Amino acid sequence: MQEGRRIPLGKVVLVTGVARRLGGRLVRRIQRDPTVDRVLAVDTVEPDHDLGDAEFVRADIRHPTVGRVLIENAVDTVVHMDVTGTPLGPRASRASLKETNVIGTMQLLGACQKAPSVERLVVKSSTNVYGSAPRDPAVFTETTVPRRLPSGGFAKDTVEVEGYVRGFARRRPDVAVAVLRFANILGPGADTPLAEYFALPVLPTVLGYDPRLQFVHEDDVIDVLMLAAGKPRKGHLNSGTFNIAGDGVLLLSQCARRLGRPTAPTLLPAVTWIGSALRSVGMTDFAPEQIRLLTHGRVVDTRQMREVLGFAPGYTTTQTFCDFAGSLGPGLLPPDQVGRAVDALAARLGLGRIAGTAADHHDSATKERTHG
Amino acid sequence: MADAKVIPFDDDRARGTGPRRRTTGRKRPAADAGAQAARQQPAESPLSAVQEASGDPEAPDEAEAETEAQEGGGPGLLDRLLGGDWDRKAAHGLSFLRRRLTGDYEVDEFGYDGELTDQVLMPLFRPLYEKYFRVEVKGIENIPDTGGALVVCNHSGTLPWDGLMLQVAVHDHHPADRTLRLLGADLVFKLPVINELARKGGHTLACSEDAQRLLERGEVTGVMPEGFKGLGKPFSERYKLQRFGRGGFVSTALKAKAPIVPCSIVGAEEIYPMIGNAKTVARLLGFPYFPVTPTFPWLGPLGAVPLPTKWTIQFGEPIPTDGYPPEAAEDPMLMFNLTDQVRETIQHTLYKLLVQRRSVFF
Repeated sequence: MQEGRRIPLGKVVLVTGVARRLGGRLVRRIQRDPTVDRVLAVDTVEPDHDLGDAEFVRADIRHPTVGRVLIENAVDTVVHMDVTGTPLGPRASRASLKETNVIGTMQLLGACQKAPSVERLVVKSSTNVYGSAPRDPAVFTETTVPRRLPSGGFAKDTVEVEGYVRGFARRRPDVAVAVLRFANILGPGADTPLAEYFALPVLPTVLGYDPRLQFVHEDDVIDVLMLAAGKPRKGHLNSGTFNIAGDGVLLLSQCARRLGRPTAPTLLPAVTWIGSALRSVGMTDFAPEQIRLLTHGRVVDTRQMREVLGFAPGYTTTQTFCDFAGSLGPGLLPPDQVGRAVDALAARLGLGRIAGTAADHHDSATKERTHG
Repeated sequence: MADAKVIPFDDDRARGTGPRRRTTGRKRPAADAGAQAARQQPAESPLSAVQEASGDPEAPDEAEAETEAQEGGGPGLLDRLLGGDWDRKAAHGLSFLRRRLTGDYEVDEFGYDGELTDQVLMPLFRPLYEKYFRVEVKGIENIPDTGGALVVCNHSGTLPWDGLMLQVAVHDHHPADRTLRLLGADLVFKLPVINELARKGGHTLACSEDAQRLLERGEVTGVMPEGFKGLGKPFSERYKLQRFGRGGFVSTALKAKAPIVPCSIVGAEEIYPMIGNAKTVARLLGFPYFPVTPTFPWLGPLGAVPLPTKWTIQFGEPIPTDGYPPEAAEDPMLMFNLTDQVRETIQHTLYKLLVQRRSVFF
């Protein structure tokens, strides 16, 4: 996105949660913006990645000290990235994560409220706020109220965080507030719980359910955060709540086949046991909301993102997944080998034409689809 | 002209020799080859008896030559066993398999898997539709060729076979190859396996958000406003339409400016004559009702086989909704009137079809 660079940002930008990959990438990207004078990168631990010329401020957003940082540096744009579902480092617990998510946001918003220089606030949220349930509409819009609110975990954190952000927006109507609800973020080397799940050699799935999933690419995440942190484009508005997701939908079964990883359909209670077993050996985090996502799936509407925010993602859900799959390494049943096996079977039956027919058929099928 | 004569004879012969040949015999290229060969070597025919019976001098020659062509050319055995175009079918099947196994297909935001529906789900239900319930479709042209439309239909039969048959009817008979997207009860999307198949078959939850989204996308959307009240009503109340919910479907159609197509299904009421309702069992299992029929649950799974009734599906004249102002969707009186109009149309068509019906099974 070349336009992203032309949008003038505020002079001093503060980014939280920079010890994570995504936060670090955003910090490096903001520095390339010529209109930004200073970037303050805040986190509790020193990041292992390079932050460029950004000033790293070791501060805990759960403590009021962050308010002093805001006022002393006359920060005008705050990008709150420290709302995540995965603990940073192996020793961090879920309880401390929740505290960073919820208490951290409360403190940060309190500090922002007292800092008159703040003009713009961008919060990284997640489509987890909608939960996953069979009784909800198939596609969530920003205004959809889920029939059952998430009862715990990261999903509940995001609901609470968004509640505090709405309260802040009421108290400081002069601040432009953008809440970006990201679908599952994937990309080469992504470190989200879902990416860890897809890295398992055999994917445990819930028997009798094939959830619809949506992904957003890391590059698009950075682009849209830049767009939300800058001045709005002409004819567009970059404050409000927006769903951010790549176009299209993939089913879990499709994902597994594209990865070449066999699935192990399991009864729902057994999935919970397997999840806790895997968690205890530290392989992956099977949080309850993750199991719900892998049971019922979740798809969001992105019309607001396109029409109001004026953002068009560079990757579709499928392209995002392909990019991610390429970084994972082959599974036990790589799709190209499976395809070759079917071709070999066809050749043995004397059906040399299969490749051609397959291509023809696929073409006509896509044509039909686009036509419909 | 020649075609018209060949086909009945060929059918005759096929019935004698085995059902697999039937498809081969009907194929034009094979018949052409046969005709060519026949010109080269006419004379004595082993099927002269049939020749006399059919009274057509050309036909038997053709048939005879065709038999020769089948036995003589190519890998005859496979052809004979699997039908003439077996290789094309196998190649098609394998390319389908290849796409499924590598995940190379698309679904829409509701999870509708068009390829799976066309290649697997529809062929699965088609025998039931054509041979078992022998569904007769009337007025399919009332569903518009383009744009959204809301098909409103009566619901009956204890298990929602009527929805599936309605889907096959639209899929197989509509001239513009439209797909019906049904709105199902939340129970459908709670049950394992069923929810997966329902989503892949193009159905979604019955809620105004999904209905409106489908209609705005220009899909033919099907709704059965009676819901469980209609599906699980006792046999004694057959063909009596139940209350149409709160009529939310009318306001959704109005908002999307999609025409409403009333639809009446006759025959589904008798597939499981529900003479009782085991409410305690239903409550234990979390179902809205637990049917007791003369065969179920007494015969176990065998009791779940529906009776082979003869069905008629009649689509009525579409009711336009684009003439109303946008605020009309909030007008309760208009909603009641339109709901009643749709309901009356379906009920009257049901009575009309019942009068025309000769018997439940034929």
